[in-house]
Amino acid sequence: MVKLASEAEAAFSSFYEEMKTKGATGMRSAAWDAFSSKGLPNRRVESWHYTDIKAAMSKPAPLAIGRAGVEAARTHDSIRLIVLDGVFRPELSNLSALPEGVKVQSLRDALAQGTPGVMALIASADVQTDDALLSLNAALMQDGVILRVGGGVTVERPIELASITSSDEAQSSFTRSLVIMGKDARAAVIETASALSAASIQDNQALIVRLAQGASLNLFTHATGQGEALVRVMSLVAHLDEGATLSAYSLIEGAGLLRRQIFARLDGERARVAFNGATLARGRSHADTTLIVDHAKPNGESRERFRNILDEASVGVFQGKIIVRPGAQKTDGVMQSKTVLISDSATMNNKPELEIFADDVQCGHGATCGRLDKDQLFYLTARGIPRKEAESLLIEGFAIEAFDGLENEALRDFVSERVTKWMSGRTA
Amino acid sequence: MLEIKNLHVSVGDRKILQGLTLSVKAGEVAAIMGPNGTGKSTLSYVISGREGYDITEGEVLLAGENILALDPAERAAKGVFLAFQYPVEIPGVATMTFLKAAMNAQRRARGEEELATPDFMKRVKDASAQLGVSQEMLRRPLNSGFSGGEKKRMDILQMALLQPKLGILDETDSGLDIDALRVVSEGVNSLRSPERAFLVITHYQRLLDYIKPDTVHVMAKGRIQRSGGPELALELEKHGYQEYLAEEAA
Repeated sequence: MVKLASEAEAAFSSFYEEMKTKGATGMRSAAWDAFSSKGLPNRRVESWHYTDIKAAMSKPAPLAIGRAGVEAARTHDSIRLIVLDGVFRPELSNLSALPEGVKVQSLRDALAQGTPGVMALIASADVQTDDALLSLNAALMQDGVILRVGGGVTVERPIELASITSSDEAQSSFTRSLVIMGKDARAAVIETASALSAASIQDNQALIVRLAQGASLNLFTHATGQGEALVRVMSLVAHLDEGATLSAYSLIEGAGLLRRQIFARLDGERARVAFNGATLARGRSHADTTLIVDHAKPNGESRERFRNILDEASVGVFQGKIIVRPGAQKTDGVMQSKTVLISDSATMNNKPELEIFADDVQCGHGATCGRLDKDQLFYLTARGIPRKEAESLLIEGFAIEAFDGLENEALRDFVSERVTKWMSGRTA
Repeated sequence: MLEIKNLHVSVGDRKILQGLTLSVKAGEVAAIMGPNGTGKSTLSYVISGREGYDITEGEVLLAGENILALDPAERAAKGVFLAFQYPVEIPGVATMTFLKAAMNAQRRARGEEELATPDFMKRVKDASAQLGVSQEMLRRPLNSGFSGGEKKRMDILQMALLQPKLGILDETDSGLDIDALRVVSEGVNSLRSPERAFLVITHYQRLLDYIKPDTVHVMAKGRIQRSGGPELALELEKHGYQEYLAEEAA
């Protein structure tokens, strides 16, 4: 094992000593070796070039401990499952509302008992990514929700995986949840990450999605936070079998440093993914969306559409890579990232990439970055709409474009409200 | 209604309007005709308050008030309406949201009550029926995917809803086929009233077959060269603008 030099890595090492007694020893050990051979990525690691996670995590806070129940307002009509300060809390969750064919287990129990299917899944997810933060998550995972939707089961009401930090003191949390869907199962999951305090929280959370043949998942992700001291890494690792569909939308409200990284592997023919979303950032917040869509089999389809709205001195990052493996013929991939900079001090880093090893594919990407369109602004003001209101209309419209095709009306309204609220908080 | 006195406007080092003087009375439809590149669109933008023009001299009065210091939204609330040569598409902004925002912003600026939703809906429904604007168009994002004719009709619909004192039509006929031109012109004609003035900016006589002007002004080299009645438009159609350009050059 490489000697761990930094204060951060020494702290993680002590977390590891604690967590390895909580089951899945072999898996944790492999993940820890994978992490410690790399260490926290610095900016010379290509995939972390624009987000200096090593600096942001230089002083890890103590490991989160479960806390007494808190009142976290409901924002969605959902069956809510709560992970609070790193611990799944069945007694705060709506377990009784779960329909037939849906099973929930805590990750902590699964690891302690060594539930076979779960262990294999967790292990395979990390092999797929080779990401240091995800390895760290696997080595230190404290708890999370394992949600299984049985083959052929359709779940109408969205199931919410709510990750909430409530601590007023600095803490580090490592959680991992799994959504495992059987053949032809259909469900909607809302993933929320929120902080009830402006404490110095370092949160590393992963969501592992496994879709069997013909399964279909609608995923909506909403991340918020408070204050500049928040450091949050959210990883989504999705694995799709033949004919499976993952349709994902996200609303990221920047706070502190937030990295959302998506690793999707289309491992069966005719699998389809769509990742769409808007990021809103202001102040000194840093919001990173990094995504790798890996087409391994023929006739797959991927669509990515992201909108970034950056105000004040915020920094945005979009890194998107579409990989088309040899033999993944007839792949159809389109990736688009558009950014509006509202202030002169905001910065956007765009890095779209295609890696194509098959010859009969259709793939494209586009990335734009600019100010609000002057012609549009003049059009609106010439109709009597004051400039600031006109800017808000345009920015809201720009953000909402990412949610075209989102069928859930309540979620569309939710996005509109949040964007409007965010816009009303503009100071300039 | 509109009084322009000795207006000089530059963009960068380029002088575009050079002492333009024009007067349009309430109830009057004034046509501004002139060759391309003579500053006709600049005039419409300067009246409506677009950024990027340097006004070095002169005044623009609307109902006796100099509006040059006002921003575009304030001018709109005072009654200036510009029907664009090329209305922009604004994907993401719902047409109805936009219409309501515009109407209520103007009402607020004038110290009037905002419209209640049923009242607003009724006004839009009535005006759109008259202009052949379909419910389907109203459901789309503003001007998104509209044909040239649909965009112009949407602009005229806005004019009907906002009831300006001064309507400026900037090359309204460009990009329109005859049928669309007829619909748009009928819309404009229905808005003619003794309390409202129109400035119809056009390169061709054709539009004036549909919107009959009371006065015609020939613009060249950044100012009005000649004014007259509707017969002037016909003369221009026959002889072109050459004499005005040549006189200047001499």
